[in-house]
Amino acid sequence: MASFKYNNVYINDSFTVAGPLEADGQIHKFDLVMNDYYYKEKTFLDAEIKMQKTVIDNLLYRNKLKGQIDLLIGGDLSNQLSITSHCAVNFDIPYLGVYSACASFLEGMIIAANMIDTKRIRNSLVITSSHNLNSERQFRFPIEYGAPRALTTTFTATGSVGIIMSGNMSKFKLESATIGKAVDYNMKDATHMGAVMAPAAALTLQEHLQELKRDVDYYDVIITGDLGEIGSKIFKEFLKTSFNIKLKNHLDCGGEIFVKSQEVYSGSSGPVTLPLVVFNKILKNNRYKKILLIATGSLHSKDTTNQKKAIPSIAHALSLEVI
Amino acid sequence: MNKDEYKKLVDKLTPKENKSKNAFYSFLVGGLMGVIAEALVVLGTNLFKLPKTEAYLWVCLIIIFFGCLLTALGFFDNLVSKAKAGLIIPTTGFAHSVMSATLDYKRDGFITGVGANYLKLAGSVILYGILSAFFCACIGVIFHG
Repeated sequence: MASFKYNNVYINDSFTVAGPLEADGQIHKFDLVMNDYYYKEKTFLDAEIKMQKTVIDNLLYRNKLKGQIDLLIGGDLSNQLSITSHCAVNFDIPYLGVYSACASFLEGMIIAANMIDTKRIRNSLVITSSHNLNSERQFRFPIEYGAPRALTTTFTATGSVGIIMSGNMSKFKLESATIGKAVDYNMKDATHMGAVMAPAAALTLQEHLQELKRDVDYYDVIITGDLGEIGSKIFKEFLKTSFNIKLKNHLDCGGEIFVKSQEVYSGSSGPVTLPLVVFNKILKNNRYKKILLIATGSLHSKDTTNQKKAIPSIAHALSLEVI
Repeated sequence: MNKDEYKKLVDKLTPKENKSKNAFYSFLVGGLMGVIAEALVVLGTNLFKLPKTEAYLWVCLIIIFFGCLLTALGFFDNLVSKAKAGLIIPTTGFAHSVMSATLDYKRDGFITGVGANYLKLAGSVILYGILSAFFCACIGVIFHG
């Protein structure tokens, strides 16, 4: 059993840096927007490190918490988490790097929430980032190479989101969480990550509802990370046939960032997709009170997919309450 | 739901690529490339009085040059991903793949970056190009002596 309820964990503040394409999309209320993919640096790696640094700097400054953060938890898509680590050396804060691909942010939040709830730490800063061109280079083709794309491909979002969590009361309460299991449904196509991750999302949702003895209608909205348009259909169909759960109040962040004319195929992906939508749209709109976040991650590397190994996937769930 | 059932579900819900439309566009763009190249050959043989074999070489160089230049200027990738095989199969595709890999690795140094990676995508074209040329030559030798 890996579901917990929290008594005293809150999200105090969030800060977002978004990429240029994201700012032209459906959401217009980002804290900061970088006008080009270099962000006044020489390489894309440096640009992503700078995005993370900017987020942390702003969060510390705005909340007057310099020198008072107990734990920094971060994750990104780069090999060996090099980007988050290069960012973390700039701050004198104990640091944990986490990787669950596109579910890294929620993994970080769950770790922080457990430690805050058990009073091991007072507060924590959780951060994530992804950069479209860094991911292209690492997982797909050289940046300037115009490879033909399958309709199922997702487009890695560019941006960085950080939040401050603590036991101090605020409007957003973390209510409960479920840590998912790694699942393998013999999907080998890294250009169809929606199909890879949909079973993980469905199984985690089912487990969450079962362990906390809840009905799916308990939540006002169930938000998945980056299944994309096609992945969402598979996710719903899977829930219906396997667990007889009919999902009406579902929203996938993959379709909430870009507009159709931006040609992003099946939608947006990357660890930043979910927090980008949740902290800049969902929580600002005040429409929902009980929110379940399910972040999904496709745990492959270029080597494992080239060697035709089935891709394992993971999903973590976290329930938020707006007070 | 077991793995086989899931595969059926995924196949059912995954949209299919419109192959005939892709083939039509590739034919159109690839054909246009051929027309341009042929026009350049005619230009070379008539205007500059080049022998035909030399004119073909020049055309090849010109196409490679423009494939590289447009890649470096940053918009050739959009054309290639739309025209698909129409621009990948001609020499433009080869030039494009070499140039994009080179640009990608220039920050990693000349030896460990550019030198080691510039044939990342084009390496297979070279290897299997040489191999198939060898076997074709063998067949030629056997049948025509």
